[in-house]
Amino acid sequence: MAQAKTQFGYRRHPDQDRPGPNPAEHAVVVVGAGPVGLSLAIDLAQRGQRVVLLDDADRIGEGSRAICFSKRSLEYWDRLGVGDRMVDKGVVWSVGRIFHGESQLYQFNLLPEDGHKRPAFINLQQYYAEAYLVDRITDLPGIDLRWRNKVTALEQRNDSVVLTIETPEGAYRLSTQYVIACDGARSSLRQMVGAEFAGQVFEDQFLIADVKMTAEFPTERWFWFDPPFHGGRSALLHRQPDDVWRIDLQLSRDADPVFEKKPENVRPRIARMLGHDKFEFEWISLYKFQCRRMDRFLHGRVIFAGDSAHQVSPFGARGANSGLEDAENLSWKLDRVLRGSSPASLLESYHLERSLAADENIRESTRSTDFMAPNTDQEARLRKAVLSLAKVTEFGKRMVNGGRLSVPCSYDSPLSSPDAEAWRGGPRPGCSMLDAPIEARAGEQSYLTDMFRNGGTDFALLSFSNGAAVEAPDGVKDIRIGGAGGLADSAGLAAKRYDAEPGSAYLLRPDGYVAARFRHPTRGSIAAALSRAEGLN
Amino acid sequence: MALSTSSNFARPDDAFRAIVEAHRGLSDAESADLDAALVLILANHIGDIDVLREAIVLAKRRMIDGQQQQQQQQ
Repeated sequence: MAQAKTQFGYRRHPDQDRPGPNPAEHAVVVVGAGPVGLSLAIDLAQRGQRVVLLDDADRIGEGSRAICFSKRSLEYWDRLGVGDRMVDKGVVWSVGRIFHGESQLYQFNLLPEDGHKRPAFINLQQYYAEAYLVDRITDLPGIDLRWRNKVTALEQRNDSVVLTIETPEGAYRLSTQYVIACDGARSSLRQMVGAEFAGQVFEDQFLIADVKMTAEFPTERWFWFDPPFHGGRSALLHRQPDDVWRIDLQLSRDADPVFEKKPENVRPRIARMLGHDKFEFEWISLYKFQCRRMDRFLHGRVIFAGDSAHQVSPFGARGANSGLEDAENLSWKLDRVLRGSSPASLLESYHLERSLAADENIRESTRSTDFMAPNTDQEARLRKAVLSLAKVTEFGKRMVNGGRLSVPCSYDSPLSSPDAEAWRGGPRPGCSMLDAPIEARAGEQSYLTDMFRNGGTDFALLSFSNGAAVEAPDGVKDIRIGGAGGLADSAGLAAKRYDAEPGSAYLLRPDGYVAARFRHPTRGSIAAALSRAEGLN
Repeated sequence: MALSTSSNFARPDDAFRAIVEAHRGLSDAESADLDAALVLILANHIGDIDVLREAIVLAKRRMIDGQQQQQQQQ
């Protein structure tokens, strides 16, 4: 079985020596050093904030857990300075195949076009992702990562939150302006604020086995309905680094979890699937899942992100990826609020935007789950009809739902300025920016996402020059394509993906979302859109 | 586009007959399988989610009306 890859020591902090009534004061405390908390802490630190990051364990979690990281997450990790390491270690994939019984129903490609820096997905064990993020934190000033620091009480005051923290050397308190709860699906902070976590519980049981073996399967996501080796149920096979393979088998609702989890009982199931038993177990887990969310992600000065705020079924890679999207959505807003450059009400847009995303993720993953595990005879009958029609029709293939994989959500947001002109394509306000290949002046190949990242991610004006491009307002980065001194779009893909004409411009938020776009930008229209996106009006 | 409930077939009896005959000789379970496939094929052909939803509402309303009538008779 896999062991924790990295262990960290508890270290006493001077905050622990402060007298109880006079705790140390901080700007922001992040609770939970998983992928979301670690990423959020790095993002805030890169923006110049000092962050205290607390975790109740002293090690990176065991088992592969989340393995699929999306293009969007990789682009975020590029901005956090860890993208290359993740991609170098991860296995890159974009093709999925769906089988029914013995035969393939169809295959899909999640990124069928070239000209993107990052692939549709990488698979990487969560413990590697966490280890790389911890390494990055060690290199950065500004993050105080405290292991074996468990929050046991929380008291909200008008202008601060006071946390009580248990350590191996006893309890201490600290005061902070904001707390970000990234403490997972069983969040204790959620209980401390008294919030409900309502949703749907699924009765079906799934068995995850990560096995180590050398195999010749391609680096693709393979999903079976009713495979010959696991009759009547579904199965998933997916490659990870280090010759580790993720196998996910649907079990019956009444399967005995204790029995099913024993390696000697898992082994014959996997051997039937692979046709041999030359493999070792890395990790075995049996789970039921739930799709649920908090009603509000903001509770006074306590803000919830990732699994603590919303939980989805695993089919679709919407758990960790949506948590990382929470982090990128929240960090620039919180940074502005802490600096006083935006009002605290800007944080409400985090709740609004990420609620939309949570609802979409829950909807998509619930649909996938219901398709895999029909609830009634009639649901099973409709699924049977879809699977048989998929053999002979295109529409049937597209109705087969073996997991709809994570893509960035579009926000219907008060921060967006609606289009005032006609557009035939390109990302609308509230959508994530698109990547495209471009050449910097020296003729070197680069990408729009690199240009967006360079020099730190604040607002940016992406403009397609017509010779006299409008200047970006103060504090907004200029990314100019074409014209003298601009970036070269020799393949024409940037202009195409943004439906750009000479003079067109996009105002991008610090999280890479489109705030507004203009056919004929003026200083006034850009300034108005900027101030709206900053939550100033 | 709204759901059309005016008569669209020149010979409606032929349409009704075609569906009835498709079910001839089938068990209830087989009939239900046939209907499931037929609904999906026709829904895709319509290709308009609003029309589909209207059709579902109409079909369900008839069912509810029928149940209420039965209850009143009891």
